[in-house]
Amino acid sequence: MSSSRLGRAARADFPYFAAHPDAVYLDSGATSQRAGASLEAESAFIASSYAAVHRGSSVAAGDATWAFEQARERVAAFVGAGEREIVWASGATDALNMLALGMSDDSLGLGGGRFALGEGDEIVVTEAEHHANLIPWQRLARRSGAVLRYAPVDAAGLWSVDGLREVVTPRTRVIAFPHVSNVTGQIAPVSDVVELARSVGALTVLDACQSAPHLPLDLSALGVDFAAFSSHKMLGPTGIGALYGRAELLDALPPARTGGSMITTVSMQEAEFLPAPQRLEAGTQAVTQAVGFAGAADYLTSLGMAEVRAHEERLAEALVDAVSAVPGVRLFGPAPGAERAALVSFAVDGVHAHDVGQFLDDRGVTIRTGHHCAQPLHRALGVTATTRASASVYTDADDVARLGEALGEVRSYFGADA
Amino acid sequence: MSDLDDLYREVILDHSRTPQGKGDPSVEAHTHHELNPSCGDEITMGATVAADGTIASLHWEGAGCSISMASASVMSDLLAGSSRDDAFARIDEFREMLRSRGAIEPSEELEDAAAFQGVSKYVMRIKCAMLGWVALEACLKESQAD
Repeated sequence: MSSSRLGRAARADFPYFAAHPDAVYLDSGATSQRAGASLEAESAFIASSYAAVHRGSSVAAGDATWAFEQARERVAAFVGAGEREIVWASGATDALNMLALGMSDDSLGLGGGRFALGEGDEIVVTEAEHHANLIPWQRLARRSGAVLRYAPVDAAGLWSVDGLREVVTPRTRVIAFPHVSNVTGQIAPVSDVVELARSVGALTVLDACQSAPHLPLDLSALGVDFAAFSSHKMLGPTGIGALYGRAELLDALPPARTGGSMITTVSMQEAEFLPAPQRLEAGTQAVTQAVGFAGAADYLTSLGMAEVRAHEERLAEALVDAVSAVPGVRLFGPAPGAERAALVSFAVDGVHAHDVGQFLDDRGVTIRTGHHCAQPLHRALGVTATTRASASVYTDADDVARLGEALGEVRSYFGADA
Repeated sequence: MSDLDDLYREVILDHSRTPQGKGDPSVEAHTHHELNPSCGDEITMGATVAADGTIASLHWEGAGCSISMASASVMSDLLAGSSRDDAFARIDEFREMLRSRGAIEPSEELEDAAAFQGVSKYVMRIKCAMLGWVALEACLKESQAD
């Protein structure tokens, strides 16, 4: 493959592979392994700068606050955002809930009305959503009286901008969609969706969980209004993620959580809030994790996201080839040769995904089985569960070959080839 | 025997290919539906208990992994015709064996269901193996109220 630090060469940068040198880890779409650089950033912060953040006047608090805000700047730069445009959340799920709950508060009259939804307004999603980018919108619709509509997927699990056009109307206020599907690997035509949204004055919300670790990402250039992503899929720690929003929007979004560190003045009856991002970060934040997240983003930057994408494009092709070559295996998502992320979900005829997963696990191949938090998409595909293999910077062609080899034995083991 | 072969013993694979007790559960006096939300496995179990407390008839339908389907099948062979009290005892014993992480040896009473001992090493699969048994347990409890 390339002469870069990707694939097998990257494993030296990941402590997990020192403990499991023969691991075939193809579950990075669920949780990626942690970059040593991220761990080191966290432990250096704990050793040298650990103290209260955004509170008090001590030098120690100043050092900690500086490290915390530096982390925000670096994560913001990584996704093409301004530093005021990144709000920490416990993960993308939390970020999307924060957004939907803020809109819900606005709908109840608790904000300036910029995000207030009411009877007859519409929220539009795709049938391919991860539950985290679906259920918060279902709840917002229930609370506000808005209607939830969706662009359906086809037999391969793919949605389209044409499908969105069918359901978007002048009453559409929000269009939420996945940048990269966590089941099919489909990559969204973001600019087309943004253009459609703007034509009706709707806000766009991008689920960037499966794109931020894999593609060069410039949220400002993409022109989306909001986005969410999670550190634990980006070689960083669990417990931290971010909500991106254009600064003027975040400044107007009612805070779903209130309390310490997010106010200007408080009386016994009411409170005024700081500008973004602080207004949306009530209470003590996951400071150490934020620093670890920035360490992971720095590491990805050092690899070069264009190089990461090129590496993973080769892996995507190899994954498609390996899975397609096995008789009795149905691959979902983009057709072979079409653009996709390095993530494949498939069904093995006559063998349930759990049994496929157990067999592959026994052969040392770690993959994910289940509905991948996308039940409606699986229902549309006509299956209750699929098997998914997903790659990252440390994945190489040998991993894919091991998957293909083990997959080739599954049907005979379970007697499904008889 | 490898761990995998211990999990998927021949009797389990045989039952998963030709499941016993499959049929329309709605003809029975009591039915219960169980779903494993993590993988979508589901079973609807139906059972009819005679006046003397024996399980006169049971039928189930469902879709899922080989462990859940084979387990419901083995259970059907084992418990159809037995008394409700014996069935409760077998269900309890099966559950304890699965939860023991290999520590509890099955008694002869479990017959072919003893083959699921290998499941106890795989925490994530216990729910699969229990699916049909939990559904029958619910039917039998309901029948006690008759």
